[in-house]
Amino acid sequence: MSRTVIPFGPQHPVLPEPIHLDLVVEDEKVIEARPSIGFVHRGLEKLVEKKDYVEFVYVAERICGICSFIHGQTYCQAIESIMDVQVPPRALYLRTVWGELSRIHSHLLWLGLMADAMGFESLFMHSWRVREKILNIVEATTGGRVIFSSCKIGGVRRDIEAEAITGILKELNAIEQDMRDVCKVFLDDSSAKARLCGVGVLSKKDAYDLGCVGPMLRASGVSQDMRRLGYAAFMDIPVEPVTRSEGDCYARCAVRCEELMQSVRIIRTALTQIPAGEIAVKVTGNPNGETIARTEQPRGEVVYHIKANATKNLQRFRVRTPTFANLPAMLSILPGCELADVPIIVLTIDPCISCTER
Amino acid sequence: MSYFTMSKLALKWALTKPVTTRYPFEPRQEIAGSRGWLVFTDENCVYCNVCAKRCPTGAIVVNRAEKSLAIDHLSCITCGCCVEVCPKDSLGLIPGHGKTQVTRDHEVFEKNGKAST
Repeated sequence: MSRTVIPFGPQHPVLPEPIHLDLVVEDEKVIEARPSIGFVHRGLEKLVEKKDYVEFVYVAERICGICSFIHGQTYCQAIESIMDVQVPPRALYLRTVWGELSRIHSHLLWLGLMADAMGFESLFMHSWRVREKILNIVEATTGGRVIFSSCKIGGVRRDIEAEAITGILKELNAIEQDMRDVCKVFLDDSSAKARLCGVGVLSKKDAYDLGCVGPMLRASGVSQDMRRLGYAAFMDIPVEPVTRSEGDCYARCAVRCEELMQSVRIIRTALTQIPAGEIAVKVTGNPNGETIARTEQPRGEVVYHIKANATKNLQRFRVRTPTFANLPAMLSILPGCELADVPIIVLTIDPCISCTER
Repeated sequence: MSYFTMSKLALKWALTKPVTTRYPFEPRQEIAGSRGWLVFTDENCVYCNVCAKRCPTGAIVVNRAEKSLAIDHLSCITCGCCVEVCPKDSLGLIPGHGKTQVTRDHEVFEKNGKAST
């Protein structure tokens, strides 16, 4: 049978960001997928030579619009590790709360996009309706909706007052119920199941060998979560990775749905146990040394490599983002699938191309 | 297999008031604490230039000789860095999005309190 090459992207209705795939198809079956990236490369890693290490937090936060807070947090953790800065416990708890709020809003955004890709428009709107409530909490506590700008080297910029904590805890109860209602449709509805079950199966061995991270890895049965490293307040709040064994699109969706509930539990625990005290310490001098920081973003593990040479500008800055790690696995599960399933499979890795290309 | 899982949710929201607003006929409700718009009050300002030096996007220009401060709102990313470093609390961030701006004109504040663009 003759083969045809179908271009998929960089502009495609299911893609929030540009990635291009050349799909080699035989009839409706995909034989090969050839990727090309580079549409949103901004050279942010090179910017360390222009921006000093303190103001680079703002650049790090802008690597990605969705997991922005955790990018800023990872950068700060890396610098704090080089400079041996002891961050006050209250700041660590606040970072945890905002990090988990960021995870909830990212997963809800993904669920909405997935519903949209399935053609389930009303479910898409409901996912984003719930996400709006999270964004309102974030805006009230940090001042920004997606770029929080609340993390700085040595701590955080803003505190959450006791009265606001009570309000957030109350609001979380309603949000949790809303999320349960939305997730129930994703996990139980027959049309959603028909679209997701058995599509894009990634075995446990392949997921591990191809270096997958985050929900993509956990949905294939590997129990790995960087929050178990104990950064921020995760030293006091244990996290059990959410895993599934099927490895298909449904499992990846189920993992994210369960992680929403897990994040709510973490926020609740963090806000209940939050210690009193300072929210930041003064940081003086310039960093000198080399370090690696790893955190769990909504899409998976992010790795920051930072090298500093006692000047105000860093010498080298390198980020390995989760989508970059998940792309090989995505390319390995595309061959053999139906052309109509390509959008669903591409979306289940939660592609963040801005992160990948920086 | 369940076929009507969405029905309950759809029915509930069909009978509820929409959560969306009729923007721009109905203005967006501002959230207290939001970093929306950079404002300047010249009462205490000593024109020390720290804000301009620390602004990550170079959105503030201070003229110490003429005692004036100018803000380029299209460059401002409302990060709050200038507010944090200001020794006299002359800068602040307020909720809302301020005036609509489509050109790179600076909002200039002079010592006599006159503001112009």
